Amino acid sequence: MILEMKGISKAFYGVKALQDVAFDLRKGEVHALVGENGAGKSTLMKILAGIHAPDEGEIVLGGKPVAIGSPHQSQKLGISIIHQELNLIPHMSVAENLFLGREQTIAGLFSNKKGMVSQTKHLLDQFGLKLNPNELIARLSIGERQIVEIAKALSMDAEILIMDEPTAVLEEREANQLFELIRRFKRQGVSIVYISHRLHELKGICDRITILRDGRHVTTTELDGLSEREIANLMVGRELKEMYPVHSGEIGEELLKVEGLTRSPHFEDVDFHVRRGEIVGFAGLIGAGRTELMRTLFGDWKAERGSVYWKGETVRIRNPEEAVKLGLGFATEDRKGTGLVMEMNLTRNMTLANPAKISRWNLIRSRHESRVVMEKIQEMNIKASSPAAPIKNLSGGNQQKVVIAKWLVSETELFIMDEPTRGIDVGARSEIYNLIVRFAAEGKAVIVVSSELPELLGLCDRIYVMHRGRLKGELSGEEANEQNIMAMATGL
Amino acid sequence: MSAATETESKSPSTGMRLGKVLWDQYSVIFAFVVLVALAAVLNEHFLDIGNITNVLRQVSIVGILSLGMTFVIILGGIDLSVGSVLAFSGTVIMAAQVTYELPIWLSIVLGLVAGALLGIINGFVITYGKITAFIATLAMMTIARSLALYYADAGAISGFDSSYSKIGNEYMAGIPIPVLIFGGIFILSYVVLEKTVFGRHIYAVGGNTQAARLSAISVFKVTILSYVICGITAAIGAVIETSRLNSISTSSSGHMYELDAIAAVIIGGTSLSGGRGRIVGTLFGVLILGVLSNIMNLLNISPYLQGVVKGLIIIAAVLLQKRD
Repeated sequence: MILEMKGISKAFYGVKALQDVAFDLRKGEVHALVGENGAGKSTLMKILAGIHAPDEGEIVLGGKPVAIGSPHQSQKLGISIIHQELNLIPHMSVAENLFLGREQTIAGLFSNKKGMVSQTKHLLDQFGLKLNPNELIARLSIGERQIVEIAKALSMDAEILIMDEPTAVLEEREANQLFELIRRFKRQGVSIVYISHRLHELKGICDRITILRDGRHVTTTELDGLSEREIANLMVGRELKEMYPVHSGEIGEELLKVEGLTRSPHFEDVDFHVRRGEIVGFAGLIGAGRTELMRTLFGDWKAERGSVYWKGETVRIRNPEEAVKLGLGFATEDRKGTGLVMEMNLTRNMTLANPAKISRWNLIRSRHESRVVMEKIQEMNIKASSPAAPIKNLSGGNQQKVVIAKWLVSETELFIMDEPTRGIDVGARSEIYNLIVRFAAEGKAVIVVSSELPELLGLCDRIYVMHRGRLKGELSGEEANEQNIMAMATGL
Repeated sequence: MSAATETESKSPSTGMRLGKVLWDQYSVIFAFVVLVALAAVLNEHFLDIGNITNVLRQVSIVGILSLGMTFVIILGGIDLSVGSVLAFSGTVIMAAQVTYELPIWLSIVLGLVAGALLGIINGFVITYGKITAFIATLAMMTIARSLALYYADAGAISGFDSSYSKIGNEYMAGIPIPVLIFGGIFILSYVVLEKTVFGRHIYAVGGNTQAARLSAISVFKVTILSYVICGITAAIGAVIETSRLNSISTSSSGHMYELDAIAAVIIGGTSLSGGRGRIVGTLFGVLILGVLSNIMNLLNISPYLQGVVKGLIIIAAVLLQKRD
């Protein structure tokens, strides 16, 4: 046993991300770590990498208890994490990246380029990696860059390698090369934590598996005894709570129809439709292309081909302005990045998407604006010190309500919500669910993109499932259950 | 108790919070008041009507440029070309009057059109070309100046119609006309930035371009229009500059004005990273720079040393306004 983590707990702002989680790793083992989004996998690994400090719990490394206070310390202890977004400098060579921050010098002054190149070559050879040490990173494929990142970890004498969804960005061939590498590392005694949503990958390379759910440890067991279906069930096995309001609106005529919408490599040949009064869900794993599909539909990105029909007529939506003019609204998944202007106050954020409602001849009617905003603040129970409060002072849940309110102020008929409840507390969640249902009951329609299956199952009339850029199917009624969705989403 | 009220009640007392808000919003005004008081103590003639009028007249051209500059800086950009655009527009105005003998009003219109046009070009290069504002306007800075220099062989063009000089030199109701123009454009800028939808959109694009775009704001239009406004203010500056001497010097007119304008905007508390700032701040930034150079002149401090003080004030202003 090279690593043992016992009784690890961690909370962020009162929200428990991990509760009493155990994890261990044997020498030369590949250990799969799986769970739904938000189950706590990343938090657990970030604790190991020294990015977060645990609130409680013990980490034993090579028989000795250790405290990992920083990423640097974690590296010194022989732990390396390969992030999804790679940290390489594109216009430097492979060798330069490998020795970044640890450059070798001659007489403490001149860069020992030759020495670094030959050592890089030696290292690459040792693991059978076919790369030219002098090649610029910018010229390498994503897969090759990942290999450089792994080589970098190995050059720092890493004994434990954490891979966070390494194949999410790889093509089939590159993924196979990576698996080959992983097997070779294993034979050389490197221990690997392998995080992945792609359950079918695990069989070929992993020895044991640990499943997390809602920040708790579900099980750790030999992988051999489990089928993919069983893993999926263990990942989601939860009951629906009474959080979801009854949704029994009348379904009306077709509002939106999409045919053959394509933007490779994000999504291809997507067909779907939404009717008035409907709440339609989009399920899938991260990287399945759901967000990209919605952004394209909303005119933010260009589609390569495909047709969009709005109320039965062909439309071309070339930018978000045109989308909003038609009656679309889009609450993005990333509040801070794309949803809100953090420098602005609550009022200004709320009325941003619909200036016509609060202005005349381009002049803002302040009193009218504050009336509109006050109404929404009360209606949606937004907690803020005043309508002029800086948006960054609001809690995540209240910020999210402002993102949604922005589109309720507008004449939105089809509301696209991407991860509407990400990172917000239970109370705000249920309020947002109520809002969604009320909105649909008014004869409008909602598309909910979510990685939380209970949310989709609790809210939606129909659920489309995407897998690697393609629509795998449509589920409703009895068929719509977590197991079926998970099976489609993982490409079973 | 929700999380929002928790985070907001973090500050120790309402009194301190109010103080902080006042400081955030009005620190530049406090600084201005302190500076004026200091100036009045240091020199008895500082508060003379004649001197005050003089200060205001001296700052009016750079002041107008600073107002336009505020638009593009809040937008998250910058315009290094305003000094050269001033020289270019001035050349157009004087050439129209002297070489083509066009009426004064038409020469002014042509000058403003020239400024607007260069602004459009700046905006297009930045949006369509996806070139950062710094580089796009740096290029415009050398191009506009070079065209003016070429036209007049690096010399000056002087007008013959003395009625044109009235704009830059005469008074209305006891106030110099350039100061009135500066005041008028200030009010206009204030209304546009604070009271119109377009103004909101400038803040939104500067604060978060992605969010602005996804809120159905045309980032393209907002950007172009902001640079056009900046170009037009440079052209208005050109009208006053040429009218004061009834002449344009293609080599020295507008030289380094862009830096003074940027300094005034920064002293006024507008963030270079965009999305944050106020036009009132710019007004006081302009006045602070004006009073500063005036009092140093009254105290007989070498003009060559005044740059040091200006530089220190810029650093001090940014340090004082640093938040988060």
